[in-house]
Parts: sequence; structure tokens; C-alpha cells
Amino acid sequence: MTETFQDWGMTYEWAWGLATLAGVLLIALPLMLAVAMIIYMDRKVWAAIALRRGPNVVGPFGLAQSFADGLKVFLQETIIPSAANKGLFLLAPILTFTVALAAWAVIPFNSGAVLADINVGLLYIFAISSLGVYGVVISGWASNSKYPFFSAMRAAAQMISYEVSIGFVIICVVLYAGTFNMNGIIVGQIGHGLGVFNGYAFNLLLFPMWVVFLISSLAETARAPFDLTEAESELVAGYQTEYSSMSFALFWLGEYANVLLMCALNAILFFGGWLPPINWEPLYAVPGFIWLFAKIFLFFFIFSWIKATVPRFRYDQLMRLGWKVFLPMSLLFVVLISGWLMLTRYDCGDAGRVYVSTVPVTEAGVLYRDGQSAANLWDGRCVDDLPAVEREFVS
Amino acid sequence: MSVSHLIKSFTLWEFLKAHALTLKYFFKPKVTINYPFEKNPVSPRFRGEHALRRYPNGEERCIACKLCEAVCPAWAITIDAEPRDDGSRRTTRYDIDMTKCIYCGFCQEACPVDAIVEGPNLEYATETREELLYDKAKLLANGDKWERALAANLEADAPYR
Repeated sequence: MTETFQDWGMTYEWAWGLATLAGVLLIALPLMLAVAMIIYMDRKVWAAIALRRGPNVVGPFGLAQSFADGLKVFLQETIIPSAANKGLFLLAPILTFTVALAAWAVIPFNSGAVLADINVGLLYIFAISSLGVYGVVISGWASNSKYPFFSAMRAAAQMISYEVSIGFVIICVVLYAGTFNMNGIIVGQIGHGLGVFNGYAFNLLLFPMWVVFLISSLAETARAPFDLTEAESELVAGYQTEYSSMSFALFWLGEYANVLLMCALNAILFFGGWLPPINWEPLYAVPGFIWLFAKIFLFFFIFSWIKATVPRFRYDQLMRLGWKVFLPMSLLFVVLISGWLMLTRYDCGDAGRVYVSTVPVTEAGVLYRDGQSAANLWDGRCVDDLPAVEREFVS
Repeated sequence: MSVSHLIKSFTLWEFLKAHALTLKYFFKPKVTINYPFEKNPVSPRFRGEHALRRYPNGEERCIACKLCEAVCPAWAITIDAEPRDDGSRRTTRYDIDMTKCIYCGFCQEACPVDAIVEGPNLEYATETREELLYDKAKLLANGDKWERALAANLEADAPYR
């Protein structure tokens, strides 16, 4: 997009700034719309499973329900408790909302259609989604009220526990993909399952990791059955108890934007993101973002389905699952997967190992360049393993 | 911990079974009544909003015997009475405080002339409290408005009284 603006006679800096701004709006505004629709969908799915109808009065099939709720909330007064820490109290929802939106910067919607195509996209998401807990903790503290504070404590412990296993799951994926770049991870999944299915979840070693990731992402976004932070039977409404009006709505929007992000991550890391599910030529004719949206939609349905099915965990059960089941399990799979990859991908025998990267790397004083034989660099690839085109280039 | 338990835990067997069940319910026909547009049938004995009925010739039924006022456990009914010019005994004031009323139906059971009745109407929510302090005019208007339903209900329930 930058080039288009430059063609209109702008300097590169202005064109880049404008292009980025346009990109941000292009992601953030539809995201807000998606969040409104996803709240509606959540309510509908939950209602359907409980044999109810769900919202069906505002607009056709109740589609405008979220907007009506939003308008109602927008017109209300923001009440700040007199004992609250005013600055932090107002900062918390803004933080939650901003952080939830910021993570979307590195989500690729199609081949190359990504706002910030950075090499450490996955690490960025990991870092940003960890920041999300600050909004909860700060709001719990700033409310100066007992239940929100309990909720904030719970949220902090819960996020830390499940981020550990999410981290290990991400390591498993990165080991397979060989890159932290989101587009690189997606491209690495082409035909991964028996050459037919696109996605790491069709790998026997990575499938259990996907299950761990799905459950951890439920915990990470504090959704049922791990919604201990807003357990209404224990904590009124958790950290949002003292919030009203727009500050409450910002929490709500941020929460659902996070849920969508986790659905997108499930799709991108394990089900091929914007790739069609089956590696079959005609399916590539459908635009990539449609595949991605379909996958996000499916995962959100699974999220709602789970919410409507399972009862809330007790807190010690939550901690037990995180630390005693997921952590050892994901650690074991990091070992298994790296061992498997060393056996299959990086064990060259007599064929020799070459270094494949456009960036030169120095190890032990030796400079390795593209195509140069690499002694024991982990990112060196076996000559036999390289695609034919690259092998020719090497020799 | 037995082996089968371990396998069941790690394959999330119970969770999958539960989700299969809820998915079945997801596609089932919904049981919700679409309330303002659809309504449940109401029993003839339903004790809803009060009404004062008239005879078919337009004469009001209430003879100011004050049995309802006496039987009312919530003291919600207030009646004043005076002989009318034609010599018949009629109320000059018949108030029901709907905020006090507990809808026990004693008033309609006590009434010897089926004048005060509780009708099938349950949608009379108001925006102010004062609107719920019903006077004679309001009750008679209710009676005129709901007479057909009231008469039908009384007739349907008559064999059991």
C-alpha cells in the first residue's frame, strides 16, 4: 500500500505512515464488528444448547443485539467508586482493550496480508497476550474492593500457569516450522498431514499439543470452564464488578477480541491459517482470508460449545491441570519432537549439511554463508532433505 | 489409578461424550415461548388483574356487601357505600391497592354476585406506583374490557365451585 501512496507523490515516510494507519483501521474496525457478532454468536450457541432461542428481537434474527447493548452501555454514566484509585481505575480497561487489539498486528490474513510482517511474530503475540493480564490485575487493585481483588489474584496465577504450557506448545510448533514468522509457520504447514491436509494438527506428535493449546487458550482467555476470574457465584462479576458504562464495555470488547485472537492462533499454528484445509489445487482459488475466517468461526463455535457444556473448574483443579498435567506433558513433547526432528530432519549421515539462510552466521569464529557446508548448526539442513531447486543452487 | 481410567483421562473421553450430548441438544427444536408474540394458555382459574363486572343490562353487580373488604388478608380493598336515589345499595368508592394485593382470590370467592373477579390479564405493569392504586372507574373499565373472557372463565370453572 505504501507504493500506492508514493505514486500519489508522497515522500516515503508519509506514505508508510498513512499505509500503516490504513492497515490498522482495516484490521481494528472489522475486528470490532467481528467482536459484536461473536458476542451474539456466543449467546446464540449457548442458548441453543440450553434449548432456548437466544437474542432474536433486535434486528433480523436479533443480529443487532450487540449494537443495541453497546449503545445502551455507551449512554450510561461511568461510575468511579470514591475509594478507587481513579487513574489506574480508568487505565485498566483501556489497557485491556489496547493490548487485545495490538496482538492482531502480526496475524496474517492472507499470503503477505499482514500489518507487521516481523520475524518474531509468534514471540510478539506471546508477549502481548501476557500483557493482557495487567488490565485485569490493575482493575482488581484499583477498584479497592474485595471481590475484584480476589479475581485479580486468581487471574494473575491462572495466566502465569497456562502461559508456561502455551510457551512449550509454541516451541513445538516452532521446532517444526523452523521460524517464528507467522507466514513462515503457515507456509510450513502445506501438505503436512500425509501430503493431503494442511496443518500441524494432522501430525501425530503435534496433535496432542494442539489439544493442550486449545485447553490452555481457554484458560488464557479466562473462558468457561476456566472463568474463575469472573465466577459469578463466588466473586459477583470478578474484576469488572465496580465497572460500568464504557469502561465495562472496553473490558468486554477486549476479552472477546482476545478470544478471537486465540481462535485465530489455533487456526494459524495448527490448522494452516489462510491455507485451505486440504492441499488440493482448486481450493486455493478461494481467497485465503475466507479460509482463515472459516477456521476462526469454527474454533469460536468450539469455544462456545465448551462453555455451554462443561461446569467451572475448582481453583485447585485448575492449578493441578496447568502444573501437573500440561507442563510435564508439553515438556515431554518438546523432547519427543526435537528428538524426532533430529532423527529425521537433521540427521544427514554421509550426505552432509549445508547452511540455508540469506543472513550469514558466525559460529566459533567460522563464518557460514548460504550454501556453505555447516558442521553442526541447528538450522543447517541436510542436502538430501532440500527441495530440488535449492539443492541445485547449493551444489 | 487404573489403566482404563488413565486412558479415559488422556483421551478426554468424558468430555467428548458430554460434547456429543450437547451437540445433539444444539439441533433440537427450542422450547422457549416467543413471549410478547406467543403466549402460554392461561387456566380459567388464573388470578390476574381485578375487574368489577356489570349485568348484561349495564347495571353494576356490586351491592357493597363489603365481604371482599372483610376477607381481604392484605387489607387492599376499601369500600364506601350509600343508598342510590333509586333506593338500591351501591358503592360510591371501590379502591384496590394493587401493590398490597397478594392475588389470593378470596375477594372473588367471597363475592355473592360475581362482581369482583380476578381476570386472565397479567400484563398491566405501570411506570409509576400511583397507577397501581385502582379506583372504581378503573375496575369497572377493566370489567367492560375483559367481560367476554371473564364470563367464559366463570362458566368454565362453575362446575367445580
